[in-house]
Amino acid sequence: MKSRRFVLTFPPDATGEPITYNLIKKYDIMVNIVKADVSPGKIGHLVMEMTAPVKVLKDGMEYIRKQNVECDPIDKKISYKEDLCIHCGACSAVCFAGALTMEKQTAELSFEAEKCVMCELCLTACPLKLFSIDLG
Amino acid sequence: MAKKRSVEEINEKIRSGKAVVLTAEQVSAMGRESTPAEVMSRVDVVTTATFGPMCSSGVFINFGHTSPPMRMERLTLNNVPACGGVAAVDAYLGATETALPHDQYGGAHVIEELIAGKDVLLQATGKGTDCYPRTEIKTLVNKDTINEFIMFNPRNAYQNYNVAVNSTGKIKYTYMGTLLPSLGNANFSTSGELSPLLNDPELRTIGVGTRIFMGGTTGYVAWNGTQFNTGKPVNEHGVPVGNAATLALIGDAKLMNTRFIRAAYFEKYGVSLFVGIGIPVPLLDEDMARRVMIRNSQIETNIIDYGSGYEVLGRTDYQSLFSGEISLKGKKIRTAPLSSVKVAREIAELLREEITTGRFFLTEPVALFPKTTGLNKLEIRI
Repeated sequence: MKSRRFVLTFPPDATGEPITYNLIKKYDIMVNIVKADVSPGKIGHLVMEMTAPVKVLKDGMEYIRKQNVECDPIDKKISYKEDLCIHCGACSAVCFAGALTMEKQTAELSFEAEKCVMCELCLTACPLKLFSIDLG
Repeated sequence: MAKKRSVEEINEKIRSGKAVVLTAEQVSAMGRESTPAEVMSRVDVVTTATFGPMCSSGVFINFGHTSPPMRMERLTLNNVPACGGVAAVDAYLGATETALPHDQYGGAHVIEELIAGKDVLLQATGKGTDCYPRTEIKTLVNKDTINEFIMFNPRNAYQNYNVAVNSTGKIKYTYMGTLLPSLGNANFSTSGELSPLLNDPELRTIGVGTRIFMGGTTGYVAWNGTQFNTGKPVNEHGVPVGNAATLALIGDAKLMNTRFIRAAYFEKYGVSLFVGIGIPVPLLDEDMARRVMIRNSQIETNIIDYGSGYEVLGRTDYQSLFSGEISLKGKKIRTAPLSSVKVAREIAELLREEITTGRFFLTEPVALFPKTTGLNKLEIRI
């Protein structure tokens, strides 16, 4: 099994094909939607994590592309300038995924990258603007 | 007879290297197993500290005169407007000032850059007078070229503060940070049992003239802070519930350190300044010993809905807030601080060391603060 994150870009004239439904029902892919911004008549984006054997993931990607929807794997990740961090905690406030938390004993910020869902809320929540996206 | 000691006696002990100084956290822990009388007999001074975003901050600057001289009436520093309506080459730069539309860079950033020793662009105009003929100037200044560089903060060190939540369906961007919809998080901003005015809630030892740690150097309490309010309800442990007393502080910004003064930008709100403050509290008697023993579980505050109309939704305490989760209306809500306890601990420890090693002496207030102050509302009268 492999988990990988993708950004799906829908054209303004996307068909009403139930893509995520089919990925689950026909391909047996575990789908976790991280972020969605899709409106009729506009270019839409869907960020999701798909978990399945490598071969199945490949088939799923092919299926998505056949629907005229772009499917790009995301290999980017969040990082922050630790040496400049003042451990105020403002970023942990918005991290609903629980990747950024405050250590109770040391009162220091802790970042568990594997829990990050790339919502990017920390980028704006940090009052010192220490977060950035590393493109893989 | 109950033991008492004076500030003078404490300073004598500091001078002879015999003063026992603990941080407010250390004395809170000690208080679990000791009585106020025991704490009073063992400890002389408790150091308190906070490092949070404090909007009501800024600096007075005297730029020095050019030849021929100029009366700077409109001026900017790195394009951020400063108030020139003080005197010819005196100005006040507020931490939250920005030059729209660039609202992410403001007075706080200019202050931090000046403290760091960087050059800042000064641009000014004036109408020109017989005594001040020059009408415009554009030059670089830094903390070594200017004369006075005085940080004067009209309102710092809030004694307690609200917890902010958002009950609406939309994300809210506030000075209390980003508030997720549907009570998705709860943000708070004090250092709890380490916080200065929570260790001397009746302001018995902190008043006009109190010597403090400010931004990495020595500063002083100048006055009571703006919005000073002693009319807030007090809980059974003698601590006001919600934002109450405040301090106006003054210090030499030339000697400050960017470790303890940091500019901040809160998304879609604006610019603010993290200010590092440390205040020593002398244990004059058992009452003061009892005050400094206060623990996070005994300090309470209100949970306020910043999403709709500042409604009070409930009450909680700092032990719960620091645990990472509070309960409200049967719902578990994640909590997050905005004030850095890590840096506050560092300040409390630094101040403890300075006092222990005879480099920092305590002061008695020159004047105490008013005991009864409420706040006026601003009415629309025309």
